[in-house]
Amino acid sequence: MNETEALRRRYARRHVAARVGVYGAAVLAALVCALPFLWSLVSAFKQNRDLYNPESNPFAFNEPATPDHVRFLLTDTPFLTFVGNTLLVGAAVVALTLLMSLPAAYSLARLNRPWGTPMGIAIFLVYLVPPSLLFLSLTRVVVSLGLEDTLWSMIVVYPTITVPVSVWLLIGFLKAVPKDVEEQAMVDGHSRLGAFARAVLPLVFPGIVAVVVFTFTLTASEFVYALAFVSSSPKMVVSTGVPTQLIRGDVFFWQSLQAAAVVTAMPIAFLFNLFLDRFVTGFTMGAVKT
Amino acid sequence: MTARRREGVPRAGLADREGFLAWAMLLPSVVYIVALVGVPFLLAVAFAFSDVTTGDPSYDFVGLRNFTAVFDDGVFWRSLGNTLLFTTSAMVLIVVFGKILANILVADFRGKWLVRFLVLLPWTTPVALSTISWLWFLDSIYSPVDWVLRRLGLIEGNVVWLGDPGTAMLSVVLVQTWRLTPLAAVIVMAGLVAIPRDLDEAARIDGAGFWRRMLEVTIPLTLPVIAVAALFGAIMTFTDMTVSYVLTRGGPTHATDVLASWAYFRGIEGGDVGQGAAIALFLFPILLAGAIAILRAVRRLEAQ
Repeated sequence: MNETEALRRRYARRHVAARVGVYGAAVLAALVCALPFLWSLVSAFKQNRDLYNPESNPFAFNEPATPDHVRFLLTDTPFLTFVGNTLLVGAAVVALTLLMSLPAAYSLARLNRPWGTPMGIAIFLVYLVPPSLLFLSLTRVVVSLGLEDTLWSMIVVYPTITVPVSVWLLIGFLKAVPKDVEEQAMVDGHSRLGAFARAVLPLVFPGIVAVVVFTFTLTASEFVYALAFVSSSPKMVVSTGVPTQLIRGDVFFWQSLQAAAVVTAMPIAFLFNLFLDRFVTGFTMGAVKT
Repeated sequence: MTARRREGVPRAGLADREGFLAWAMLLPSVVYIVALVGVPFLLAVAFAFSDVTTGDPSYDFVGLRNFTAVFDDGVFWRSLGNTLLFTTSAMVLIVVFGKILANILVADFRGKWLVRFLVLLPWTTPVALSTISWLWFLDSIYSPVDWVLRRLGLIEGNVVWLGDPGTAMLSVVLVQTWRLTPLAAVIVMAGLVAIPRDLDEAARIDGAGFWRRMLEVTIPLTLPVIAVAALFGAIMTFTDMTVSYVLTRGGPTHATDVLASWAYFRGIEGGDVGQGAAIALFLFPILLAGAIAILRAVRRLEAQ
């Protein structure tokens, strides 16, 4: 009796300790990751004489807050154009990526060719060829296609980054669909292709959404190609436009830069978080375990 | 299966022939990749053996001249060393923190959604923008990091993080770690979620504590995904030039130049496309070797 009581107490104590540990760790992790953004958010609204004072607390307003620098970002810089361009390029790249990678992934995951596995690995290895190796020659290709300084240059080239990863992820999602699904659809009179389009695609829809979000994130962060291909500001995307237009020589528009970082980061992180669970399952289903 | 269908409904259109379909569905991706990765890759190799500059784009074969010039340059060896140091240290930190973060993110607690959102921010922000935020964070006069350290009485004046070779490298590694840890955590989460619950519970009933379960159940079972996370971390760090380009521009005196940034400075800003390509080419064999090693490790683990 006494012993069980002691044991129960010990477990209860251990339980409380574990909960405290989890919350402590979670808060610490959130702080470490988000601290620069928290600080960016504060300094975006700071007055110059507050920001440029080494003695003032960088995490608090020592002078009244001002929306001037955020207004400057939105009205006096092409920031909104950059945002529009990023969205446009992102949407086009996502569409192209899906058009190419969905059939490819299906072919590799389901159509049991002897070359399926080596081809899958080969496509994944393409991901290893870095932009820093290709941008010199791709700049030539882009120029010879007459696409320099256009959004098309990015739309055409970005799928080289996104297709290999998407194929890899989609193979995982497709392998998780039971084979009976296609067989049933074919018995019902669909062709193999029809079975893929009508029966399999709806089932992997969550996976497709995860791939879309991932692809968009990669596209929005790309820097090297965007820097090499586009030099006129109306055609720039956020990742190159903000650093080149808000830093003039040695003059940094610090508050506006911080505001731009926060405004860009929040919605992407929000979207990614919505689909995080799908993305996580995508990684487990076959992509890793085959 | 194919045979059964053929007997039932005689219908052998192109949309049903697996051999044809397999190729037809794969073809767009393959053609695209060959055209925009394969061809430029060969072109980059060709540039490495040429005297092409941005001023004079005509092609003349010059043999190994670019390579000997690159090898004779101390900066190349320095940036090669920096790349290896940068990649290994960032990769180890990314994997360790990614694993810890993943364990936190799969636990149950209130406000999880908010924590996940905040934790994802470093990865979802375009690199160039988050690195600019860090540029101010490590500023030589106004650095908030220094402000905190001053308040704690640890330093007087400023550290000047990006001005000293040692702290500059440390800063580049830490910013890269901060940026990629969330991705590693997401990948490792995938492995953690896949561990059958009863295994963990069985170990718990057998009286195994947190650390024993971690070391003898969780880590061995998630090693393949940890390897994948390491692979992603290593690739993205090895080929990355943005962090050192924006944060230090390779300085002070090449202390943080990596192969990718040095190739950019040589090939684009210096205008010597041939030498830039020769330097960039060094990224590939090392990457390939690393990737093959990790892929093989994954396979061996799965075979067990």
